[in-house]
Amino acid sequence: MENKGNKYMNPYLAGLLLGVVLLASFYLTGRGLGASGAMKSVVVSGVDKVSHDYAENSHFYSKYISNDQKPLRSWLVLEVFGVLIGGFISGALSGRLNLKLEKSPKITNRKRIWMAIIGGALFGFGSQLGRGCTSGAALSGMAVMSLAGYVTMMAIFGTAFALAYFFRKNWI
Amino acid sequence: MGPIIPLFEISEEINLLIAFLIGIGFGFALEQAGFSSSRKLAGMFYGYDITVLKVFFTAAIVAMLGLLFMNYMGMIDMSIVYVNEYYMASAIIGGVIMGAGFIIGGFCPGTSVCAAAIGKIDAMYFIGGSLIGILIFGQTYPLWEKLYNAQYLGSLKLSDSLGIKDGILGLLVIVAAILMFWLGELAEKRFKREDISKEI
Repeated sequence: MENKGNKYMNPYLAGLLLGVVLLASFYLTGRGLGASGAMKSVVVSGVDKVSHDYAENSHFYSKYISNDQKPLRSWLVLEVFGVLIGGFISGALSGRLNLKLEKSPKITNRKRIWMAIIGGALFGFGSQLGRGCTSGAALSGMAVMSLAGYVTMMAIFGTAFALAYFFRKNWI
Repeated sequence: MGPIIPLFEISEEINLLIAFLIGIGFGFALEQAGFSSSRKLAGMFYGYDITVLKVFFTAAIVAMLGLLFMNYMGMIDMSIVYVNEYYMASAIIGGVIMGAGFIIGGFCPGTSVCAAAIGKIDAMYFIGGSLIGILIFGQTYPLWEKLYNAQYLGSLKLSDSLGIKDGILGLLVIVAAILMFWLGELAEKRFKREDISKEI
């Protein structure tokens, strides 16, 4: 809490704000928030660019490009573009804009980077298998009381807790 | 009466503009909460910073109560609000893989975008990794297709599966959250790490 210049919002207040945004999303669109879906659109679009025939013949990619859908011109892609802008505005207002590789002093930069890539790859893979990530499956799913939302939330947080001991050097 | 966009014929341009504006609110809230810091997020799993628990459950409860209230007041047609479909096997296994990704990488997809926006280099690599992971899933999809579609139980609600009313479940979730907030606050004192909290 020494960093007076870049103090974060009270977490319960930030939660209230996030909840209101989530509620607005449901009221306006009938769906909650998402993040991994936009990343999937980037991948689908990339594969489609490289080889349209290949993408059309794949059981996975074809789901998102049939009927002339444009994966990059989708609701979630625009929403995540907004996340980038909203995060930037918040960081600018609170004086938190700077290039930084965050890690425990016990590990090297190189190790942190590899951990970020591997962790990202696991999360990306898992979000496809699990039909959404912490935003779309867990948070939004819990708001509509879906069993899938609660199960996904417990699986994510339970596993992270269970494995925390083995990766403690990375963080503490 | 909501939800507005599916009920009224809103043009695609307006729809995408709304997506962008909601995203700004989403990113702003995440960053203000401190979800742009991997060591703050990871604090959840070592007890020195349980911001994730506080923000996540407060947000879920606010939206849940808001939807219950709107439904009660006839302000929203819940029959066209999306309820996540439950495929038991893939939800559990996908969640376990995501949990491993969380503790190893320090972010989830939404928080990584928000963190990259303020210049966190670890978040940028995490996003790169996520795209690779999704590509791997896409390229190996035939291997997982059966698992992906197994044990389909429909858009099942937790309240229905427990056989209780939505309002009762809402109350139980609030009680559970308050209990977790109380325990979490104790943990923050017990596992305090001034050295880390100063840096993040």
